[in-house]
Formats: sequence, C-alpha cells, structure tokens
Amino acid sequence: MLSVSSLLFLGSNASATETEAAPTKLYGTVSDKDGLPLSNIEITATGPEGFSKTVETDAQGNWEVSVLTKGTFSLTINQEDLPEGQSLTDPTKGTVKANVFSLGIELKLLFPIGPGVAKTSLLERSAQLAVDGLILGLVIGLAALGLNLIFGTTGLTNFAHGEILTLGGLLTYYLSAIVKLPVIVSVPIAVLLGAFISGFLQDRYLWKPLRKRGTGLIAMLVVSIGLAIFLRYFFLFLFGGDTRQLPQYAGQAGLQLGLVSITPKSVVTTIFGIIFIVLATLWLLKTRMGKASRAVSDNPALASASGIDVQKVIRAVWILGAALATYAGVIITVNQGVSFLMGQDMLLLIFAAVTLGGLGTANGALVGSLIIGLFVQLSTLFIPTELKYVGALIVLIIILIVRPQGILGKKERIG
Amino acid sequence: MDFLFVIQQTLSATIGVNTIIFALAAIGLNMHFGYTGLLNFGQAGFLAIGAYSVAVPVVSFGVPLWIAFLIGIFNSVIFALLLGIPTLRLRADYLAIVTIAAAEIVRQIARSATFNEWLGGSDGITGKFGKEFFDLNPFKSGLDTPILRFNANDLWVVIVGWSLVAVITFVMWVMVNSPWGRLMRAIREDEDAVRSLGKNVYLYKMQSLIIGGVIGSIGGFVYALSRQSVQPDNYGTALTFFAYTVLILGGAARVFSPIVGAMIFWFLIVFIEQILRQGVTNDLIPDWLIGVNQVGQIRFMLMGLGLMALMIFRPQGIFGDKKELALDAKA
Repeated sequence: MLSVSSLLFLGSNASATETEAAPTKLYGTVSDKDGLPLSNIEITATGPEGFSKTVETDAQGNWEVSVLTKGTFSLTINQEDLPEGQSLTDPTKGTVKANVFSLGIELKLLFPIGPGVAKTSLLERSAQLAVDGLILGLVIGLAALGLNLIFGTTGLTNFAHGEILTLGGLLTYYLSAIVKLPVIVSVPIAVLLGAFISGFLQDRYLWKPLRKRGTGLIAMLVVSIGLAIFLRYFFLFLFGGDTRQLPQYAGQAGLQLGLVSITPKSVVTTIFGIIFIVLATLWLLKTRMGKASRAVSDNPALASASGIDVQKVIRAVWILGAALATYAGVIITVNQGVSFLMGQDMLLLIFAAVTLGGLGTANGALVGSLIIGLFVQLSTLFIPTELKYVGALIVLIIILIVRPQGILGKKERIG
Repeated sequence: MDFLFVIQQTLSATIGVNTIIFALAAIGLNMHFGYTGLLNFGQAGFLAIGAYSVAVPVVSFGVPLWIAFLIGIFNSVIFALLLGIPTLRLRADYLAIVTIAAAEIVRQIARSATFNEWLGGSDGITGKFGKEFFDLNPFKSGLDTPILRFNANDLWVVIVGWSLVAVITFVMWVMVNSPWGRLMRAIREDEDAVRSLGKNVYLYKMQSLIIGGVIGSIGGFVYALSRQSVQPDNYGTALTFFAYTVLILGGAARVFSPIVGAMIFWFLIVFIEQILRQGVTNDLIPDWLIGVNQVGQIRFMLMGLGLMALMIFRPQGIFGDKKELALDAKA
C-alpha cells in the first residue's frame, strides 16, 4: 500500500533534489515492557570512517545521534544498564543497524524490551502454538465459511471479503472506544450492523443489480477488487494508518492453563466463535433456508424451477456470511487491535483455507481453515516467524498439485 | 493555483517512467488475460523477479548488467513454469488464487530479514546497479520546458523505455495475428473445442504464461533501473490490480490498449492528485475535509471506484470490442 503510494509520489516529484550537508538524525525511545520510559541507558553508535559516539537516554527515555555521513551505522544498547526484570526480548537484537542512504532525514530505531526470554521447552512452545493456531484457524474459518457460501450460491470470488472483517473491527472500535459502550455491548451491535451493512446493503445495492444485468463472474471478481481498494483507503481516510487497541481489556493478563497461557478475552471470543460456527452449520443442515441454499449451490436453475426463491436465498447467505466475517474481525480487534489493513492481511489466508478445503464446500472451508491456522503457527517452530505466511501459501500450492479439488472438494468442480 | 505546473507534471507523467512500467506489466497481462483468458493475479511477482534479478547480481556479485538482464528473463521463465505446472489444468479462479499467493510469497521472501544479506530485507536494495546503463546516456542535461520536464536520467529511461514498448508491442502484434495467436484466442473462447482439434491446450497456456511473464519482468527491469533501487513493498498485490485497471481501461485483447490505458491511468492519477494538492495547499479545500496527507488516499479511493465503474459500465474498455472479449469466461 504505502509502497504504491510512495511509487506514485516519486512519479510526480522526480525532480526533487537532495539537500546536502544537513545531518541525519538517528533517534528512538527506550521504554520497558509496560511502555514506561527508561532513563540513563547507554547507547553507542558506530559507523563508517571510525565514527563512534555514546549517548544516554533522558528522563523521557529519548535518545538521538546526529550523523553527517552516509553509510551503515550500528547502534548498541548497553544491556547492563537495563533495570532488574527488564531485558531485550531477543538478546541478539542488542545491536541494530541503520542504513543512512540520504542526509537530512530522521530514522527511528527501536530496541524491543520485555520481560526477557523465558526458557520454554519444545513441548510448551508446541502446545502454545497449537492453541494459537486453532484460534487463528477459527478466525479464518468464520470468514471462510461466509466466503464459501457466497461463492457457492453466486459464483462470486469476493476479493472484498477481507474488508467485511475490517469494518467489523472498526465498528467495534467506534462503539467501544468512542461511544464508550462496554465491549460486551459493542460486539453484538457491531455484528448486527456488519450483517446489515456488509451483508444486506452490499448485496441489495451492489451485487443483486449486477446479477440482474447479467454481469459475468470474472467481471464481478474485478468489481470486488475495485470495491476492496476503495474501502481499504476509505477506512484509512477515516481511521488513519495505525493499529489501535480497544481501551477496555487492553492489558489483560494471561491465564496459565496447563502448558499454555491464554487471555480470558481470547477464551470468551473463541467460545462464541465456535458457537457461531456450530449455529451456522446447523442452519445449513437443518433449516429449510439452509437446505435451499445448498440446492442453489448445486444447481441454481433447478433450484429456481423447483420453487426456491433464489434471490432470497442469496440474500440470506450474504447476511449470514457477513455476520460471521464481521465476528471474525471482532475477534482480531478485541485480542490484537484493529487497523485498516486487517482484512487485507487475512484475505490470502482465507482464500488459501477455502481453496485447500475445496471451493464451494462449507465443511471444506472449516477443515482448510484449521489446517492453515495450525500450519501457520506451528511452522514457526522450524522457520522464522516472518515467513510463516509463506509456508502456508506454499502448502496451498502443493496441495493443489496433489489434489486440485481440495481436501473435501468435488472432482467436477475443477473443470 | 499554478495551472502550468499542474499541466507540466501531468503531461510528464503521462509519457513518463511509471507509464512505461505499467504499460509493460499490462502488455504481459494482455497476453495472459486478454488473449488466452488466464487470470494471472501474480504479475507483481514477475515484476519483482525482474527487478531483483537486475539488482542482486550486479550489487552483490558484480555481474555485468546485460548478464543480469539475461538472468532476469531466465528467472521469470522459471517462475512461470513453477506457477503454470500446478495451476494451468485448473479452473480460472484457482489460477487467480495461486498466482496471487505466489506473488505474495516472492514479496515476503524478498522483504524477510532471513535473506537480508542478499535481498536487503524490507529496505530493499539501493545502489548504483544501473551505472552501466546510465553511462550510455547521451543527454548531459534534462528536458525543461513549460509542458514537459525530465531530468537527464529520466529522459534516457523514457526514450529507451518507449523504444522497448514499441518493439514489444510490434512483436505482440505479429504474434497475435499469427495462427498461433488465433489458437490462443480459441483457447480463451472454448478450451474444449481446441482440445478436440488435437491441440495441447496446456502447452499453449504455458507459452502464454511465460511470454506474458517475461514482458512483465522487463517492466521490472525498467522499474529497478529508473529508481536505482528495489523495494519489496512496491511489488504488492496493488501493483497487479492497477496493471489490470490499465489493461481494462484500454480494453483487453487489443494490442495498443495497454499503452493507451497506462497513459490515461497516469494522466488521471497525477492530474487529480495535483489538482487536489493545489486545492489543499491554497486553502480551496478545507482542512477538516482533506488534509495534505490524505490526498493520496482520496486518489486510491477514486481508483477503486473507477475500476468498479469501468467493469460495470464498460467492461470492454475504451478500445475493446465487446464481441471479441466477453469477460464472462465460464468460471
């Protein structure tokens, strides 16, 4: 995102010239795990041409070093200055590098400080990651179920599905942090609003007219991309670019349950997530409308001929799918905070889960989601955390080679 | 309002470096999507591979630039094969999901700290890797007229870039008007019919994917050289989506449409941005409505809306023929 805007920016300012001789400021704030500033911490900067300078943080924990040459600078924090109980979250990150490519700019550098790395056994780490993975799988599953139902009944590959999550998160944030309702009240309102706006209104005023015009499936796919871009920047415009936490339950301490630590808010949101998935599955399997929706997925023309109101079924599916995805956004927001990129970050995982399970099959989406969630988290035992999504996407591609219809998919769908 | 400045910036952008990059990316997509019906959402991955293949060998291994170009083309062929082998037998939307995933894999690996040493992490690679190219620059000074303005390096990139676009467009024109090109269009319209004539559809789709991908990676060369830097986050999914916008704007399955589409796209983008920027800085647009930093966001919102409107009301684009391209592939 930022990337493309910087590209566009460069495009129109290609003639800007560099100002020479102004110093580049390297700066940062050292604070402990609770965000309180740490003063009198020694930081040493070394750089090209024998540059070396030592500074201490002030009472606000701030420090800065000005440099006049380009090149790579190393900044080392004196770990012995850190107070009792505080240490770098990663002891190897005591030195950070700063690449100064141009002068007259400011570079912010951070030393991540926390309670220190507790030595945990492989078993404990695996258990913790498995629990995290199941929760992530649930979030993906909530979103994927809706995506899959909509795909099944209308054929739409909805690239704007992630934005339903973001809207859900933003509504929760608005109700809880700005209107100051308790989270427990905000969440149901947000889910209802999400179902109404992202489900009913979206289908009624965008997709239904398009279906009536006979717009092709690929054309609709591109429309959903346009919608996703529009909404994403609309959210950025309204909300700004940072990740924000709900004020309530922000610093909740984790409960130690056997091998794993989990916050109460995470437990509660997860339990409700499971309830919603079970209810949605029961709806699909037991109710008339649910059965009708499966009939429409199988063969819309036949369903319509046998007296099913296809438009009504599609509307129901949109509302249900949007409610589930909104709740997925709520879970992320309550536990990790909300940003305008939240939905986009999840979208590829949702697609991966749906494809893995089999496009258009409801149970497949859930199975795929759990596999993706677990795989993403557990793979960090072996690969760097920053590459965890790469692992999930590679698994997706491998599964498609071996079993193109997905794990629970029907063979005829691969066409 | 400084209208002359707005006009100068807008016109320079219309024929500028970004237009060339997007035109090349869209020519590749035109091969994939316009002529063969392949829904490749990983074009950004091809550009990234092109860009990194130029920067990494030159900066890290001191390879001559022209060999780096060959490496880039080789790598993009390999990437196309990797993408194509699992997906080209599948339905269109599977290809879309896998290609978008593959492009993200490329970007995330490029920006990861794990490969920082070679790929530069999230900061990417900056260096004078285009030196050999700019040494050939015959222009000692840039162009500075009231309506067009380029510095010397940009002028050289623009001239070489447009020559490349012209050559590639000519080759495309020859290809799509050959029997081979007709076969491609037949695959787009009805794969089964082509298969029943005894043609190996899979092989032809693979050829299309490779050719379009290589053209995309040439776009990546231009991207890297013109900036003398490669930044991983420039090659996100948005790049692919805007390349599609360019293609659809001009009209898919027309040889010249990527060029026209890219020019219109950048004309609109820079024009709207400059007008908004002038409006905000001269207090014609109140601050509470749009801040200076929000101009870019408004522009992206308009781009999203524009893509939707285009697809709904004129899916064949400006020059496209509705009969030639029914964008309603049987998904």
